[in-house]
Amino acid sequence: MHELGVVFHIMDSLEKVAAENQVQGISKVVLELGEVSTVIESYLQSCWKWAAKKRELFGEAELEVIKLPALTYCENCRQTYPTVEYGKICPHCQSPDTWLLQGNEFNIKEIEVY
Amino acid sequence: MRDVRILEIKQSVFADNDRQADELRCELKEKGVFLLNLMSAPGSGKTTTLMKTIEALKDKVKIGVMEADIDSDVDARTIAKSGAKVIQLHTGGMCHLDAAMTRQGLEGLETGDVELAILENVGNLVCPAEFDTGASKNAMILSVPEGHDKPLKYPLMFSVCDVVLVNKIDVLPYFDFDMDKCREYVLMRNPNAKIIPICAKTGEGIDKWTNWLLEQVESWRSKS
Repeated sequence: MHELGVVFHIMDSLEKVAAENQVQGISKVVLELGEVSTVIESYLQSCWKWAAKKRELFGEAELEVIKLPALTYCENCRQTYPTVEYGKICPHCQSPDTWLLQGNEFNIKEIEVY
Repeated sequence: MRDVRILEIKQSVFADNDRQADELRCELKEKGVFLLNLMSAPGSGKTTTLMKTIEALKDKVKIGVMEADIDSDVDARTIAKSGAKVIQLHTGGMCHLDAAMTRQGLEGLETGDVELAILENVGNLVCPAEFDTGASKNAMILSVPEGHDKPLKYPLMFSVCDVVLVNKIDVLPYFDFDMDKCREYVLMRNPNAKIIPICAKTGEGIDKWTNWLLEQVESWRSKS
C-alpha cells in the first residue's frame, strides 16, 4: 500500500546515481522483489507509470520486476521450504523454530541509461 | 538508436532511508534526545494513550510531540491541551514517515530542551514498519477490538517493535480476544518484545508503560 512512496524513493536515489554518472536519461530500471515483501507489483507498475511522466529523467523508463521466491530455513531439521505454501511451521518436522532465508528483498538491481 | 549502457546498482530500495535513519539516531544520541516512534492501526488509541503518557511524565522529562497525519490537525489540537510542545506534520498523502521527514519534524519542534520526542506515526500497520524513522525505540498499540490474530497478519510491524501495548482492555469481556494467544503470536514474531496490557481511558496499566518508557529515556541519555 506504500507503492507510490517507494517509487519516489527509487527515483530519488536513481537521480543521485544519474548525476554522478553523467546520465541523460534512464530507459529501464530493473528491480528484484521478494515474494513476501510488502510491495505489490501491479500497484508498483501503475505508480511507476504515473510518477515517471513527472520526472524528466524517467520520461520513457520501463520498469522490470524480477520476482525472488520466498524460502524459509528450519533451525531444527536444517531444511528449507517454500514460505508462501507452508508459512512459519516447518512442513518436514513441524518445528516453529524457522526464519526467512530469502523473499523480503526489494533491491534496485540495475538500470539502462543513455 | 541511442547508445545505451547498463549501470549496476545492487542496493536495497530502503538503503538510503536506513542510512539517514542511522545518522539521525546518532545525532539524537549526542544531543540527549530520546525519540519514540509510536505506531498502530487507525483508531487503536494512540492519541488517548499519548495524553495519559504526557500526564504521567510531564514533571519528569521535557516532552515534545510530532503528530503525523495525511491531513487535519485534530490530533495536534488534542495533544496541545496537555501542555506538551506539539507540532502537526502532514505527509501529503503518504502512508508513513521516513527518516528525512522525521528530521524535518524534529527541526520544526526545535528540540533544544526536549528530552523525550514522541512521533505519532500515520495510523497504518504496513508501511511505517518498512521505514526506519531514526527512533531510539519503536512502540505499537494493538487494541482489543482489532483481534489477537494481528501479529500473524502484520508480521513486520510486530517484529520491529520493542514494546507492544495492548489497549482497551476494559472491553475484554465483550470481545473474543485471547490475551494468551496474543502474547504467543507477538513473541513468535519478536521474542524480545515487551507486552503491556493497558486501558488508556481508565488509566489501567499506564504506570507500567510509563515506567518502562522513563527507564528507556534515562538509559538512552546516560550511556555515552
